[in-house]
Amino acid sequence: MESAVGEPIVRVKRVIKPPKGRAVLHLDELWEYRELLYFLTWRDIKVRYKQAILGFLWAVLNPVITVVVFDVVFNKILGVKQHSVGNVPYILVTYAALLPWNLFSGALGRAGMSLVGNANLITKIYFPRLVIPISAVVGGLVDFVISLVVYFCLMAAYGVAPSWHIVFLPFFTLLAMITALAFGLWLAALNVLYRDVQYIIPFLIQLWMFLSPVAYVFHLKGTWAFFYGLNPLVGVIQGFQWALAGQTAPGWLFLVSNTAMVVLLVTGLMYFKRMERTFADLI
Amino acid sequence: MSDISISVEGLGKMYHIGGELRRSTTLRDAIAGAVQRPLERIRHPGAVSRHSDELWALRDLSLEVHEGEVLGVIGSNGAGKSTLLKVLSRITEPTEGQISLAGRVGSLLEVGTGFHLELTGRENIYLNGAILGMTRVEINRQFDNIVEFSEISRFLDTPVKRYSSGMYVRLAFAVAAHLEPEILLIDEVLAVGDAAFQRKCLGRMEDVADSGRTVLFVSHNMQTIRSLCTRVIELRGGTIINSGEPSAVVDSYLKLLGGSDGEACWSGDDRPGDADVRLAALRIVDMNGHAAPVVVSSQPLLVQMDVDIEHLVPDLTIGFDLALADGTLVFRSYQTDANPDLWPELHLGRNRLECEIGSHLLNDGRYTVFPRISIDRSRWIVDEGAVSFDCQRDPGKSPHALAQKPGALAPLLAWRRGDDAP
Repeated sequence: MESAVGEPIVRVKRVIKPPKGRAVLHLDELWEYRELLYFLTWRDIKVRYKQAILGFLWAVLNPVITVVVFDVVFNKILGVKQHSVGNVPYILVTYAALLPWNLFSGALGRAGMSLVGNANLITKIYFPRLVIPISAVVGGLVDFVISLVVYFCLMAAYGVAPSWHIVFLPFFTLLAMITALAFGLWLAALNVLYRDVQYIIPFLIQLWMFLSPVAYVFHLKGTWAFFYGLNPLVGVIQGFQWALAGQTAPGWLFLVSNTAMVVLLVTGLMYFKRMERTFADLI
Repeated sequence: MSDISISVEGLGKMYHIGGELRRSTTLRDAIAGAVQRPLERIRHPGAVSRHSDELWALRDLSLEVHEGEVLGVIGSNGAGKSTLLKVLSRITEPTEGQISLAGRVGSLLEVGTGFHLELTGRENIYLNGAILGMTRVEINRQFDNIVEFSEISRFLDTPVKRYSSGMYVRLAFAVAAHLEPEILLIDEVLAVGDAAFQRKCLGRMEDVADSGRTVLFVSHNMQTIRSLCTRVIELRGGTIINSGEPSAVVDSYLKLLGGSDGEACWSGDDRPGDADVRLAALRIVDMNGHAAPVVVSSQPLLVQMDVDIEHLVPDLTIGFDLALADGTLVFRSYQTDANPDLWPELHLGRNRLECEIGSHLLNDGRYTVFPRISIDRSRWIVDEGAVSFDCQRDPGKSPHALAQKPGALAPLLAWRRGDDAP
């Protein structure tokens, strides 16, 4: 029970000891700090739009400009033939891949820089350090939702009706975010240790884009497809294109992608928790 | 006897310093090191690998603090004060020993942690409150009090970047002052802000202590320590060397500090400071440039500081505190006090700065000058070392001159006749 002023009646007893053995995840503590997570996310979003002249308009302009560029380059100049299933316009299929890609790449970039960017907090205040990369990932949701609205407008413009697959969209969105978090944990912790990681992040993201079916549709079979599927984003992007643009459902590759993601997430969490103890001393 | 609020047993915190091979700061070095190390072992078999040096910032520290106590922590730079607060607030983990804390811990190691310049005052109150560990309900409940305390209600919806530094500090402290944990850890944060606001903050701190909360308070301001704390510990070399009633501990600490007479010089790594700025010398000299452990008040004197600048860091403020023998601060002066066009120019290498203390200002007695070098509002670079000198007041030719005058200063001020009242 809590008293009227919201303070626990029973005093919390806490013992601080030198760390021993394996680091524990302490999800309960993370939950305790959910308000900090909320405020840090809110701060990042707020600041991102305050600093830009056009402010919030960017969130809308960004996807719109991308669509126009894609349309001009691929449809008008290159004249790329439609490889899509059914009669879905190329632009809708590509955009369905761009949605999770932008969510992922933005989240990964921010998460990778998040610890170093919040060094002042880490050296002055205690809180579960996981809050920082998680808030960096969650902060991408606003942009994502706006892009999604633009997508629905596009669908309406092309006269394409969404199918029932769309109910799986939140699931694939979550997958994209978890993938970004999994890899972001690695990068964020490594960046504390080695400051030049931050210069690698943009290249990594660029390379990753070429390894993901964002601007193209892949046609690999067998072993090569397996290796390709190890990229967790392959499953996510396929899922998006299935849920939104009526493309082929993700098959066995989806399992490969998700296994890779789980491995990345578990090792990322382990590495992050192990390094967490030293963040304040090293940063 | 009240309950024990903080209990520390055999606490130790070790840092690795030096040992460049052990810890690379860039991936490039790490990769190069990984390649080089085995090669070196092949080339020089049997050579002992270079171990990094161990530095114990805290060692064998045991302490019990009772509920409602205000414990002052004093000691010179590197004594372990800040590390103690960091370990207690769980920012960094201890290497050995154990700490038991009864109650929620709030730590205030810096004013305005997490403040964002682009956000408004209102937004920053919520953000900073959440960062300091307040829940949204608590912040909502305290919001009006915070605004009132900060005296900035008119600018609540202005981005903080347009605030003056005074407003910024007031708002930041107002949030912190309304933190209500059972244990409050405070590092030298009261040193900011103007005197009136400082007094207000001290008042608030006293209220906090009176309400039965436990406060651990690190400060260099001996006056504050004396007036606020119920008990004081002095740290040196990471452990407690003195503990007890505030004025007794403070007095012995000051006696230890006020050692050198008229002049203090350091060289090499002994120079107080960090990688950017170091203090090489602090002197009291007369107008002819001679070191003067004894001065007469009829002559001006110079406080001379030799500052070695390795990197020209922005917002560097170099100055000193002039204090009485009992630690009471008389004034603090910085090279940046005047308009920017009057600041002495700083360059790389050794800079000799001189501050003139005018004649007929000081009183009879012993004064101590503490160097104070900092990055404005962000961190201390030098806050250790001290030079003491004796001043002999020239009573002047007035037939009414007193042999001894009360007061920290004895300025000779101008008197004139005003317009007579009708």
